[in-house]
Amino acid sequence: MKIDGKRNVWHNYQKEIADDHFYYVRSCIRQNFFPGSEYFFLRVMKEELGKDVFDDPKHTTCTGIGYHSDVVPFETIQTVVARHFALMKESGYKNLAVSCVTSFGIYSEIVETWKEFPEELEKIRNLLRKATGKEFDVPENIAHTSDIIYKFKGEIAEKQQYQLVNKITGKPLQIVEHIGCHYAKMFPTKGVGGAEFPQVLAGMIEEWGGEVIDYPERRHCCGFGFRQYLVQANRGYSLANSKKKFESMAPYQPDAIICNCPGCTMFMDKWQYVLAETEGKYYGAGKHGIPVLTYEELAGLVMGYDPWDLGLQMHQVDSEPLLDAIGIDYDKNAKYDLSKKISPKKVLIKSELD
Amino acid sequence: MKKTILTVGGGLAGIEASKTLADMGYSVSIIEKENDLGGKVNQWHQLFPDFRESSDVQDYIKQSTGSKDIMVFPGTEIASIEKKDNGFYVKSNKAVAFDIDAILLATGFEIFAAERKEEFGYGIYDNVITSVDLEQKFRKGGQFYNAGGKVPKRIAFIHCVGSRDAKTGNHYCSKVCCITGIKQAIELAKLIPGVEIFCFYMDLRMYGLEYEELYKTAQEKYGIQFIRGRLSEASENIDNSILIKCEDTLSGRPLKMNVDLVVLLVGMEAGEGTQNAGTICNVEFGSQRFISCRDAHLRRNLTTRDGIFTAGTCTGPMSIPETLENARSAALEIHKYLSEK
Repeated sequence: MKIDGKRNVWHNYQKEIADDHFYYVRSCIRQNFFPGSEYFFLRVMKEELGKDVFDDPKHTTCTGIGYHSDVVPFETIQTVVARHFALMKESGYKNLAVSCVTSFGIYSEIVETWKEFPEELEKIRNLLRKATGKEFDVPENIAHTSDIIYKFKGEIAEKQQYQLVNKITGKPLQIVEHIGCHYAKMFPTKGVGGAEFPQVLAGMIEEWGGEVIDYPERRHCCGFGFRQYLVQANRGYSLANSKKKFESMAPYQPDAIICNCPGCTMFMDKWQYVLAETEGKYYGAGKHGIPVLTYEELAGLVMGYDPWDLGLQMHQVDSEPLLDAIGIDYDKNAKYDLSKKISPKKVLIKSELD
Repeated sequence: MKKTILTVGGGLAGIEASKTLADMGYSVSIIEKENDLGGKVNQWHQLFPDFRESSDVQDYIKQSTGSKDIMVFPGTEIASIEKKDNGFYVKSNKAVAFDIDAILLATGFEIFAAERKEEFGYGIYDNVITSVDLEQKFRKGGQFYNAGGKVPKRIAFIHCVGSRDAKTGNHYCSKVCCITGIKQAIELAKLIPGVEIFCFYMDLRMYGLEYEELYKTAQEKYGIQFIRGRLSEASENIDNSILIKCEDTLSGRPLKMNVDLVVLLVGMEAGEGTQNAGTICNVEFGSQRFISCRDAHLRRNLTTRDGIFTAGTCTGPMSIPETLENARSAALEIHKYLSEK
């Protein structure tokens, strides 16, 4: 493996990521399955990095799951997206920060469609006007929230409390990254590092002390694939795809899997449980799976946030082997303590200093 | 006084045309941006379809430049051109200028940069090499090893890398890669007894005499297998072997295979030298960035500008024999042009 060759590919795919003043659009499923991720993103952006991020309660689903399942027509999803852009315009923002990779693909696809087919843009303007009376502008900058964390990975490193290094051996943690098909496979130029050797998560992992594993099925789909999972008869196909990835990465003994996309995080996490129950197969050390985290959760951990404040107890695969490998100081008994209040971060944050 | 011609490019085409012109009584100056003459042929080991040593062609080229009527300027490039009387005044990047009657562009081709097909991992995975790298390995001789110091047991050749590929912007066929792949596969089969070799292709374009026979020999005598399918991606296994994925489009099934070495059969592209020289000479280019012929059927060596001619692969992919023939044809066109002036 020639790392310089990979870096050359990365350099061809650097995108512009806005610096401040973001209109934040949430994911439908992340709030349920990894609720700490969006919480952490907003907190770190506002309180630690001092950025202006507007979390608009009027924002809705992008309907991407319905679109990719053939139940939402293209005109409908375009009009929903146009409404989001109208809300953004009304709020005075021009930079879109997208929490979900599916949504990021949707926004990118629709904006590209409008560039290629201006008549489609005019049609959607009319549809939105008739339906809501609203007008909209196309965002000046569309970034996935991992792009934004990637941009500020150095600032996060300055506040880092834990390195991604094995506490016992002193060696960098071996981490699998998975960017999700709709982040860069549709439009490689819209992802940091492109589709083949993506840098967005790899850049964070390396910045914070870890090493990225290049395993043969790295670029393979996680198995979600919308209809593969949503149609019950196809679920075995979804599981088989995830299993293919686990089998491929297992020889490298990964300490964690870091995901970009809500669907990937969910399936890489939950299918490990299914495989353990049905086949008795564990891909991590001992009777453990490989912990699966979002990039925000990873950033939170290295910054010293409490793992349970980050919502790691919501994961199917236990995160404790990773926490122990890093040497994070945490309360094992507080994992499912519902009476526990969100604790302040160990290190004083800006709002606490004020 | 002898009429003079400036040949831009000291590869096969430039030298063959210059020699032909010198034999006809003209005085020729060759400028070559590299320090050595011969062009890409210097990198090849054996030539298809008869496994002739490329050194034979290199020796022929060296002898060709021995004429007193050929002046060679290595490390020199064209810098500017202006019309002067019935000819041209050409300045170079060095302290030398040329008063000449005609210009021959023989700037050749560049080899497709395989890094651009990112999904194949060239420049990243140690055991993904190009057909040009393989020629260099053949030239070194000795026991054949892959990057891990292992004698390969299974090798994959990937056809059409940078040719007939809209993603890379190259819609054309590079013509010589199919037969080069078969030649190289046979060379490997001879070098490594028992090796398994798979060629992944879209179409096999065996357009030359004896090419089809060599394709048959590859299958019947050397057991080389041909799978119709374009590679989707290559990845590296933990032991540095390469996992390749494609669809076998004849059986209609996806295919996954581990190999010890992947050879990318890289195509030809109009290079920067052609772009620069052609732009300075103000000639027209085709949609695929090669220099346009004035008439694709009848006047293939004439550019869109009087007094400026082409020879060889600056107008499109050609084999070595085609390049030499095209160069001689260019010499005749120049002779005709200068005789009529």
